[in-house]
Amino acid sequence: MSLILFIEQILNGLQFGVMLFLMAAGLTLVFGVMGLINLAHGSLYMVGAFACAAVAAATGSFWLGLVASLAAAAAAGVVVEVTVIRRLYRRDHLDQVLATFALILVFSEGVRWLFGSFPLYLDPPAMLSGAVELPGGILYPAYRLAIIVAGLIVAALLFLLIGRTRLGVRIRAGESDREMIAALGVDIDRLYTMVFALGAALAGFAGAMVGAIQSVQVGMGEPVLILAFVVIVIGGVGSIKGALLGALLVGLTDTLGRFLLPLAFEAVTDPASAKAMGAALASMAIYVLMAAVLVFRPTGLFGARA
Amino acid sequence: MKLRTQLCAALSALALSAAMAEAAPLKIGMITTLSGGGAGLGVDSRDGFMLAIKQAANPDVSVIIEDDTQKPDIAVQIADKMIQSDGVDVLTGIVWSNLAMAVVPNAVRQGKFYVSTNAGPSALAGKGCHENYFNAAYQNDNLHEGAGAYAKSAGYKKTFILAPNYPAGKDSLTGFKRYYGGDLAGEVYTQLGQTDYAAEIAQIRASGADSVFFFLPGGMGIAFLKQWSQSGVDLPLMGPAFSFDQTILGAVGDAALGVKNTSEWSKDIDNPANKAFVESFQAEYGRLPSLYAAQSFDAAQLILSAAAKADVKDAAAFREALRAADFPSVRGDFRFDKNQHPIQDIYVREVVKEGDVLTNKIVGVAIEDRSSAYVDECQM
Repeated sequence: MSLILFIEQILNGLQFGVMLFLMAAGLTLVFGVMGLINLAHGSLYMVGAFACAAVAAATGSFWLGLVASLAAAAAAGVVVEVTVIRRLYRRDHLDQVLATFALILVFSEGVRWLFGSFPLYLDPPAMLSGAVELPGGILYPAYRLAIIVAGLIVAALLFLLIGRTRLGVRIRAGESDREMIAALGVDIDRLYTMVFALGAALAGFAGAMVGAIQSVQVGMGEPVLILAFVVIVIGGVGSIKGALLGALLVGLTDTLGRFLLPLAFEAVTDPASAKAMGAALASMAIYVLMAAVLVFRPTGLFGARA
Repeated sequence: MKLRTQLCAALSALALSAAMAEAAPLKIGMITTLSGGGAGLGVDSRDGFMLAIKQAANPDVSVIIEDDTQKPDIAVQIADKMIQSDGVDVLTGIVWSNLAMAVVPNAVRQGKFYVSTNAGPSALAGKGCHENYFNAAYQNDNLHEGAGAYAKSAGYKKTFILAPNYPAGKDSLTGFKRYYGGDLAGEVYTQLGQTDYAAEIAQIRASGADSVFFFLPGGMGIAFLKQWSQSGVDLPLMGPAFSFDQTILGAVGDAALGVKNTSEWSKDIDNPANKAFVESFQAEYGRLPSLYAAQSFDAAQLILSAAAKADVKDAAAFREALRAADFPSVRGDFRFDKNQHPIQDIYVREVVKEGDVLTNKIVGVAIEDRSSAYVDECQM
C-alpha cells in the first residue's frame, strides 16, 4: 500500500463526510429546533436531485439545475410543513415517524408518476469534469473537490446564520424553550416553516450535488437518510458543529474501513475469507463507531439534551 | 310470449359464450415490481409480456398483474392470493432472485406452473429444480461466465473484479472466475446499495490491473460508471448486461460508451422474430425494449405456445408442451436443458451511440450454447 493511495483514501473519506454533512445539517436543524423526526428528509433530497436533472436536461445548464433544486426542495418543504408536519409537533415520535414514512411513499410514487420509472441522467458540469492533479501526483476528480469546497462553504454559512444573525438567535431560542419564545412575540409557526424550508433546501442541494455522480432514481434518499441519522446521533441532536464532526467521522470510518479492514484480515488469515470478513466488518464499522460514541457520550459528541 | 322467447334466446346465447370461454381458459398471474426504485425493470417485464399477450389475442388467456414492491413477504402474499382466490394456473414475472426463492418453491409444490422472466437463482437450477418450474431467461451465473470467457479471449491477464456482498454478488464473481482463468489484480466485495465508489476506484488505480469486471445492478452501476468516468482511470471495463441495459443507459450517459457487456439478448440479433419484437415494442410504448422486456416477451410466447397445444388442467401434457419450447424466440435458437433452464448463446455487446440514443451492438459470441453449471445436480 503506497502513501499516495492512503492520502487519496483520506481525501475520499473527507469528501464522503462532507456529502453526508450536507444531508445531515438539515435533518439535525429540524430535529433539534422542532423536535421532529422527519423520515421524509430523504424524499426532499430526491426532489432536489430530480429537479436538478429535469432543469439541467431542459436548459443544458447544471447551474440552473442547482438553483432549481434549492427552490423545488424548499417549496416542497413549505408545502409539507404547512399541510402535514405542523400537525405533528405536539404528537409523540411514533406518530411523527408514521406520518413522515407515509410522506416517503407519497413522494416516491409522486416522483415516479411525474418522471417515470427509469433513472434520470445528470452529469457534473463540463468545467468540473475529469480529474485534476494534486501536489504529490494524486489524480483526483475535480467534481469531488468541488463537493468538499461546497460543503465547507455551506458549513461556514450555517455557523454564521446560527451564531450571528437574528434568525439564528430565534432558532437557538426556539430550540431551548419554545413556549417562552412564543410568549416573547415571535411568530413560532413562521419560524418553524422557515427552518423546515431551510432544512429542505439543504437536502435538495445535497441531492443535486450528489445526484451528478450517483444515480438519480426513485428511492435514492432512503439509504442516505439512514447514514444521516447515524451522523446526527453521533454528533448530538441539533448541533451543526456535531453534524459536521459526526459526518467527517462517519465518512472517514466508512471509507478507510472498506479499504483497510480486508488488508488487516489478510495479515492473519487466507485472502478469500479475509475479503469476506473485511467486507462484512466494513459495513458494520460506522454502527460500531456510533455504539462506541454513545457508550461514552449518550447524547452524542455535542448533544445538549439529556 | 315474444318477450319470453327473446329472453330465452339471450340466456342461451350467454350460456353458450360462457361454455366457449370454458373451452381451455388459462389464467396467468404476473407478480412484478411496479413501484419504488426497482420499478423500471418490472415495468419493462410487464410491457414485454403484455405485448406478446396482446399480439396473440387469444380470448381464453387472461392475465392479472400485481405489484410486489420488491419485497419478498408481499410477493408471497400476492402469490397465495393468486393461487387460492384468483385460481391462476401459471405464475410469472418476478424480477429479483430473493423474491423468486420466496415464491417459486411454494407455488410449484401446490401444482402451479412458474415461468421465470428474469430471476434464475442457482438453487432452483440444481438440487432445487422442479418439473413445474421453467426459466425462460437464464441461470444467474450465465452472463458473468460470458464476461469471464470474453476476458480470457481478449487476453486480459490481470483483471480487477468487484460485486456487492450478497449471494448474487458472490455467484457473479464465481461465475466470472469459472471461465476467466487469468490472475486477478484484486477482488472486492462492496456493500449492497453502496453509492460511493471512490475508495474502490482508488484501489483499482493502485492495483496495476489491466481491466475491470464489475457486477453492480441498478443504481449502484450508474453511480460506479459516473464516478469511474470522472476519476481519470483509463482501463477497459466489462460486466453483465444489467448495468448497460436500455433502462439504465440513458441515466449513465456517455460514461458507458465503449464498455463491453455480456447478454443473451440484444436488439440487433438478426432474426425475424426479434426484428418484429423490437419494432412492435417501439410502436406500442415509444421506447427501445430492454433485456427484461425481451425475456418477458419470450416467456409469454412460451406460455402461449403451450396453451395452444395442451389444456393447462392436464398438467403432464402442458408440461410437455412447455418443455418443447416451440415458439419463435427473439433470441433465435432456444431450447431447454433437462433442468428446464435455457441452452443459448451468450453474446458480447458494446455500448454505442445511434444518433442521440445510447444502445448496444453485438460484437461477438462469448459462449455458444451455454447451459448452466448446476444442471447435473438436478434430479428430475
